[in-house]
Amino acid sequence: MTAAASSETRNGLDRLKDLKRLSFVDVILWALRIGVLIVVVGGSIGTLIKGRYSMEQWFDFFMFGLTIGGIYALIALGYTMVYGILRLINFAHGDITMTGAFSAYFLARGLDRSGFLDANPVISMILIMGLAMIICSAIALAVERICYRPFRHVATLAPLICAIGASFFLQHSFRGMYGSSIRAYPDPEWMKGQVNFLSFEVPLYQFVVIGISLAAMLFLYLVVQRTKMGTAMRAVSEDRDAASMMGIDVNKVILFTFILGGCMAGIGGVLYCMVYKQIYFYMGFLPGVKAFSAAVLGGIGNIPGAMLGGLFLGVVESIGPALFLDGIGIAAPYQLRDLIAFTMLVMVLIFRPQGILGERLATKRA
Amino acid sequence: MAFDVVASARQEREEHVPAWRRTLVTGLTFGGFAFYFALVGIVTMFHGRWIIVDTVSLGHALLIVTAGAAGLYIAYKARVGSYQELLLQGAGAGAIVGAVMSLLVLVIVNFKLRFIFVQLWKPLLKALDFGQDPWTAAVILIVGGAVFGALGVLFFIMNPAIRKPIVAGLVAAGIAGLFQELIQLMIQSYGTFRELFFTWDGMTLQGAVILFVVFAAISAFWGWRRESLNARFERLPVNRQKTMRVSGYVLAGLLVLVFPYLAGNFIGQVLMLVGLFTLMGMGLNLEIGLAGLLDLGFVAFYAVGAYTTALLTASSDAAFMQLPYWVAMPIAIFFSICVGVLFGVPVLKVRGDYLAVATLGLGEIVRVIVLSDAAAPLLAGAQGILGVPRPWIGNFELSTPVALFYLTLVGSLIAAYIAYALENSRLGRAWTAIRDDEDVAQALGINLVNVKLLAYGLGAAFAGLAGSIFAVMLGSIFPHSFQLIISINVLALIIVGGMGSLPGVALGAFALIGLPELLREFGEYRFLFYGLVIVIMMRIRPEGLWPSASRRREMNVDEEDRAVVEAELAASKAPAKK
Repeated sequence: MTAAASSETRNGLDRLKDLKRLSFVDVILWALRIGVLIVVVGGSIGTLIKGRYSMEQWFDFFMFGLTIGGIYALIALGYTMVYGILRLINFAHGDITMTGAFSAYFLARGLDRSGFLDANPVISMILIMGLAMIICSAIALAVERICYRPFRHVATLAPLICAIGASFFLQHSFRGMYGSSIRAYPDPEWMKGQVNFLSFEVPLYQFVVIGISLAAMLFLYLVVQRTKMGTAMRAVSEDRDAASMMGIDVNKVILFTFILGGCMAGIGGVLYCMVYKQIYFYMGFLPGVKAFSAAVLGGIGNIPGAMLGGLFLGVVESIGPALFLDGIGIAAPYQLRDLIAFTMLVMVLIFRPQGILGERLATKRA
Repeated sequence: MAFDVVASARQEREEHVPAWRRTLVTGLTFGGFAFYFALVGIVTMFHGRWIIVDTVSLGHALLIVTAGAAGLYIAYKARVGSYQELLLQGAGAGAIVGAVMSLLVLVIVNFKLRFIFVQLWKPLLKALDFGQDPWTAAVILIVGGAVFGALGVLFFIMNPAIRKPIVAGLVAAGIAGLFQELIQLMIQSYGTFRELFFTWDGMTLQGAVILFVVFAAISAFWGWRRESLNARFERLPVNRQKTMRVSGYVLAGLLVLVFPYLAGNFIGQVLMLVGLFTLMGMGLNLEIGLAGLLDLGFVAFYAVGAYTTALLTASSDAAFMQLPYWVAMPIAIFFSICVGVLFGVPVLKVRGDYLAVATLGLGEIVRVIVLSDAAAPLLAGAQGILGVPRPWIGNFELSTPVALFYLTLVGSLIAAYIAYALENSRLGRAWTAIRDDEDVAQALGINLVNVKLLAYGLGAAFAGLAGSIFAVMLGSIFPHSFQLIISINVLALIIVGGMGSLPGVALGAFALIGLPELLREFGEYRFLFYGLVIVIMMRIRPEGLWPSASRRREMNVDEEDRAVVEAELAASKAPAKK
């Protein structure tokens, strides 16, 4: 890759020699870049020329992208904080999200049936999310205790493999406990309806979801930046040994990180279910992988990066099928929506593993 | 992947725990396990299978084992205490396990929670109440728990010479009870012999007692006479010993070969699946076990092998041509290798955790594309490809599962030889080197690009062969057969068997693929068990059940290192005390 990027001072002959040094690996990587670029640019031009989508539709896509992106960002924060502290990917985080949302479903259903959810939206949302946060934090702590703590002093792949096991264990435990059927999440009256925004009609629930996720992110940012525990977290992510020498209880910080990540996952999970209006035991996998992509996109270990990456991924994923894929004449582009997230994940890992905002940490592991 | 690289020194301190607290904590922990088994439905499901007809069901056995394990754990943890104290503690812990379960019975009777926890209703109650009213059942559960907890302690502290025969008898009776359907099928022509042990519903109490006594006696005899038998064997001339050993191996090999033919198509089918997963396990083993590349997109290669075979041979419209299987299979393997190398190129520079997620992403990309309508003209989309013909050898069609099993077996043996040869080649050593430290390996002149791509390509070849056989086994393929769970499956079986160990892979495949197929009760919860098994193995025995020789050596070296470090620590502390 670096061979082709020659400096200005060299003459043409040198550049030709550089080209000869291109190995077939470089050729494939360049082909990949160019291929993706062609799809993106060609597809966009094709779609815009065809003009099948109106301005309202683009705006709808954009708003839906922000809605779902906010949720990805909330879940991505859990990945990024754990990575910052432990330098490990919490593979089970997606399923932790599911556990909270699935448990809170029963409370939400009860509240919905009794009419409380419609009568007191704020209190009941706090109750539902509170329950989800508690469950997610508890499960996250259990995962930390079982899969990460025993390997904290051991530099291997073991914790990752353990977390993969935990992920499947969680999924199928909850399948056994709550059943394998897809259940419909309550759809309260006050979430329906439209709002006029910038002369576009926007569904109300999108504002609610975006608002809640932004508020949660702001809260988290304040916790990390302003509180003593947040300062300790940042110190541990800079240098664990030095922080421990300064009298910081590293163990406590790690537990706090998992709790904080679990809380964000709880909120994110409930919102995700409110948007898609359904829940089942396997539901955590897809938002989990996408949130991980978002965290990598923003630069893993970087908290504002995860927020930005989540929103960006949500918007691209929402606009992408119409903009890129429809234009090059692909049938049923919405089936390939997940492809965009996965492709972005792989592309970022290959070409810019430090992410958009840059990883604050050493890239040794990547 | 070296699993035991200690990054910083840490010393565990044993604290003295009062006896009552240990009893309570152990009882509640194991009670929690039992509660969990009941809540996710394992107890209910296991209750559907008798080990001994009308006496002990598998579900009850699970609860008994849990209570016994609580007692065992107490005896294992307690460093001090008289036998009476230990027995009392064990009984206490077992009683707590029973109490937790009786609480569950009362909850089921008094509250209607079924809309949340789908298992909490009559079937579970039936498994727990022994046909009595709830309060009697509670008493039975608590007393039974105490008895089995105490038995657990007794089991731990008894003389090994007595314990071994008991274990042998219990295991033999348990296996005969669990697999009674298969065993009965095999011995159905020997009517009176069968009726000694079994009715058509399962094993009888009489049969269990006979089996227990017979196997306990054999084990006791063996324990008593082993020394002298070994000595007699040692006294034989060396070449006699050798012939006896070789003929023993040959006999065992022949038995394994003939067994599926005698056992019929059901066993053949199961063994064939085991063979397929062994093949894939050996492929992934090259990537993870040797080269340390944690690949979660492995299922993609399997899919490529299956789809190529189907597209080249099937009689449906989706296929391009109707080649004979023996031509299509090498092409499928070749395609898999190509995809493996292409797959490897983008992730060359990605390491460790990132690699796992990147490959997961690539694997999902393949699945989404195969499933989509956009690729449907080429790959037939969600409808799949039907009418994949069975392979022919001359005029003989390999149509039965047993025949296909022998095909898989031949493939596995060839693959095993290749894997063995690779492991001990220059390339294999290069893989081990990059597994242990990529930077150092590169500094020593190993071409990382070539070596890694070879790992992906060769690993993919194994999976491609497995996919190709899979396609002819089913006779049709659907995108839904190629989920992420297959990759996790293969990963789990490697971890159970032991990374980098060929016999370990076969053992792992048998334990994780064969057993759930044979016992449909396990099959229902197989993914739960996979998750559990991965976690437990990583915690307790990261080198696997059948570790490779080199791994065993590494582990020993680590132990020695640790002993040295500990000795130094002790030495450095000693002067400070003065």
